[in-house]
Amino acid sequence: MDKPITRAHRIASLFLLGLFLFNYPMLALFNVSHTVLGVPVMYAYLFAAWALVIALAAAIIEGRG
Amino acid sequence: MLEGWFIVASSFAYIGLLFAIAWYADRRALAGRSVIANPWVYSLSLAVYATAWTFYGSVGRAATDGVGFLPIYIGPTLLLLVGWFVLRKMIRIARLTRTTSLADFVSSRYGNSALLGGLVTVIAVVGILPYISLQLKAVSTSFQVLLQYPQIVMPPPASSLQVMQDTAFYVALFMALFAIAFGTRQLDAAERHEGMVAAVAFESLVKLVAFIAVGVYITFFMYAGPGDIFSRAAGRPDLDVLLAPFGGAAGGYASWAWLTVLSMLAFVFLPRQFQVAVIEVTDERHLKRAAWAFPLYVLAINLFVLPIAFGGLLRFPEGGVDADTFVLTLPMAMHNEGLALFVFIGGLSAATGMVIVETIALSTMACNNLVMPVLLRIRIFRLTEQRDLSSLLLDIRRAAIVAIVMGGYFYYLLAGEAYALVSIGLISFAAVAQFAPAVIGGLYWKGGTARGALTGLTAGFVVWFYTLMLPAFAKSDWLAVELLERGPWGIELLKPTQLFGLAGLDATTHAMIWSMIFNVGAYVLVSMLGSQRAGEHAQATLFVDVFRQTGEPGSRWRGAASASALQALVGRFLGPARAAELFAAYARNRGVERIDDLEGDRDLVRFAELQLAGTIGAASARTMVATVAQEEPLEIEQVMTIIDEASQLLAYSHRLEEKQAELESATRDLQAANESLKELDRLKDDFISTVTHELRTPLTSIRAFSEILHDNPDLDGAERQRFLGLVIKESERLTRLINQVLDLAKLESGLAEWRSEELDLRDVVADAVSATSALFKAKGVVLETRLVPSPLVLGDRDRLMQVLLNLLSNAVKFCTPGSGKVIVRLAGDGGTVRVEVADNGVGISAEHQNVIFEKFRQVGDPMTEKPAGTGLGLAICRRIVGHLGGRMGVQSEVGRGSVFYFILPVAAPGERLAAHG
Repeated sequence: MDKPITRAHRIASLFLLGLFLFNYPMLALFNVSHTVLGVPVMYAYLFAAWALVIALAAAIIEGRG
Repeated sequence: MLEGWFIVASSFAYIGLLFAIAWYADRRALAGRSVIANPWVYSLSLAVYATAWTFYGSVGRAATDGVGFLPIYIGPTLLLLVGWFVLRKMIRIARLTRTTSLADFVSSRYGNSALLGGLVTVIAVVGILPYISLQLKAVSTSFQVLLQYPQIVMPPPASSLQVMQDTAFYVALFMALFAIAFGTRQLDAAERHEGMVAAVAFESLVKLVAFIAVGVYITFFMYAGPGDIFSRAAGRPDLDVLLAPFGGAAGGYASWAWLTVLSMLAFVFLPRQFQVAVIEVTDERHLKRAAWAFPLYVLAINLFVLPIAFGGLLRFPEGGVDADTFVLTLPMAMHNEGLALFVFIGGLSAATGMVIVETIALSTMACNNLVMPVLLRIRIFRLTEQRDLSSLLLDIRRAAIVAIVMGGYFYYLLAGEAYALVSIGLISFAAVAQFAPAVIGGLYWKGGTARGALTGLTAGFVVWFYTLMLPAFAKSDWLAVELLERGPWGIELLKPTQLFGLAGLDATTHAMIWSMIFNVGAYVLVSMLGSQRAGEHAQATLFVDVFRQTGEPGSRWRGAASASALQALVGRFLGPARAAELFAAYARNRGVERIDDLEGDRDLVRFAELQLAGTIGAASARTMVATVAQEEPLEIEQVMTIIDEASQLLAYSHRLEEKQAELESATRDLQAANESLKELDRLKDDFISTVTHELRTPLTSIRAFSEILHDNPDLDGAERQRFLGLVIKESERLTRLINQVLDLAKLESGLAEWRSEELDLRDVVADAVSATSALFKAKGVVLETRLVPSPLVLGDRDRLMQVLLNLLSNAVKFCTPGSGKVIVRLAGDGGTVRVEVADNGVGISAEHQNVIFEKFRQVGDPMTEKPAGTGLGLAICRRIVGHLGGRMGVQSEVGRGSVFYFILPVAAPGERLAAHG
């Protein structure tokens, strides 16, 4: 049987996801001067990705199991 | 409302509120009901990370390169995700070793090296000066800007003023006083400051609310929401560039990545962050909540940075207003006096929080790791003989705080004007990042040595100074600019901003790359080339394996001292009253009435050492305790040598013990092996003699009958036929016996070939039953099968068939012809399948049940009954079943029949391949 995926594994994976989201080439994809809903794309992307990482961290840490 | 006296009065009222909070928290702590033992407060106290840099500087940075301010906050977000692994380890170690500061931590890891502690202190103090100057600059600038209301005028450069006229000077003076009042009111053995933490957590709330308030005001009341601001900005080509800030080159991304890494390191290694995150933490589990609550805090405080920056650039298009002041100047331009004052208080919050915690942390380091070790070594002061040193310690710390804040002020005078706030702060970030190799290496690599750490830190610090500090001075006309443009002595390759020709990077990234290469390189190389002292090795093991520790680490000190001498020693540093209190509590815990009755054993010595370690650092504490325990005047080198030798001896004897235990266990293993070899030899002899005997019996019969036939040619036909029949039967028995002996030999030697397949035992049983049905019919024995569908097993079909045939023929053999009855049952449960063959024959007595599975053991008295088999069948069966991972047994009672059974494990789906391979 596979090892159970512990909370520590999930958090470590989230760390790697964070490194990926906040680096080249992801940043290059959003480095354009358009806007979405009146907000610059890069600005919207960074804050959305950031909020996502925080939300996942909270879900992993505060959730059960 | 914004007259000078009112601003000052509000500031002091706010500071007074902070003191009230600190006082309340300290009182609650004394009563044992801590207000800071709470994950939310811990998360807020971590937010001391957000200083005036964040409050004023982020907007300034955003006004020049868009989202470039963000890596500084994304780094800590990522770091806290791995905080449970890294920070928790540091917290655990700090608890065990009573670490009071980062310098203490590093010194402790590398064998309590006083030199290393001093070096860390120097780097930290020098490295943090720019950061403190940033806070002073931010507060004094914001104060002066606010003072000019309703006009919006930037203050004149500080260098054009007399010191006495300079606002920043007074700001520095007051900041130093606050820090002294917060951090050095009393000497605490644990070096924890509950009141300070509570005040800092409150300040974090204030600056967050202030920043969000001004953000909401500018975005939604000055302008009609973010869409309005950004669409106006899109109309200005100079602002449009900021929306996609990375341009075309890859340099922007490299700089982004380095800033992220840099801020991750700074988040741990800034002295104030280490203080709140590692020293002041009340429970390591608070890290979990902080892992998302702190990132949420910084996300919230950064949300409005870009709208404010763009709002400011749109409002003051002609320039002339420093973007670092937009947070303040925008409400002023809208004549919102209340909000402007609130923003000023928020900025003051951010700056004072930083200065207080930073200077307290630095002054502890300076006192414990720099001043005290030197004073204790200089005999003229005769400090080792003085009665009460606690007030001296406090005075040293107070002086250190004043010196550090004033150092920050002079840095501001020298270099503060040339840079924006963020650039000043980054210089400090890069300085404290130099601690990373020595600390992180020390946490996970036992091989890191004190020499390696010393060399690495020095190399990194020198490169940092050369590539970041010198250019800062040069830009402020303090050094010749030629140094920057042509390099020292005209050597282009050594230009501080383009070292070895590395161009095209921003100053911070450039400095980080070179300093890290030299720092990590020197640390690893020197560590690998050199070796550790025994004491150093013990600490390395303690740090790296801290999660395998249970309880307190044993003191390496073996000596003994009198309780009163130890109390006097502790009293000299903590004050006699405090020492008496501590020792009385210790005595109560030990169940001793009076302190003098305490035994001066190593536990007490350890206790005294820990109390001192909290105040003067681990290295000095050990030396001081050594003086008392030795009852002789201080000879530091001697004492250190004794300690080193003692710990070395301990390490040797420990290793000897381990070796001895290894040898003993090896001897035991050898003896056991020898015993089993002897036993096997004896069994082999037995086996051979039994086999020979068993072979001789049929041979003798064959020979006897053959001789009769040979000697009596005139025997009648029927008689001759009967004798020939006996000869044939005995030869068959002989053949069977030889076959079985060979079979058994093959099984035992492991040479037998096994096939492995998934089998339905029902099929095997059915085949065996039909193969023996003729035998049953011939003897008139009834054969019944009761087969429940059961899981597949893994096995060799032919071998299992052999087992079943053997059991069935045994059963029929021992049944009474005519009334005999044999039942074969098959049933499976969870993980096993059980097959049993039950007969109603003669049965087997209990004593025989144990031996029938052995070779050549048959039931029945060999003298009176003729053996009905070879005596090898069951032995072979048991081996086959055993090889397939099952077991075999018998239940029986004399006269009531026997049940032979075997149990096999069910084939797991995944095992199939493994069994084939």
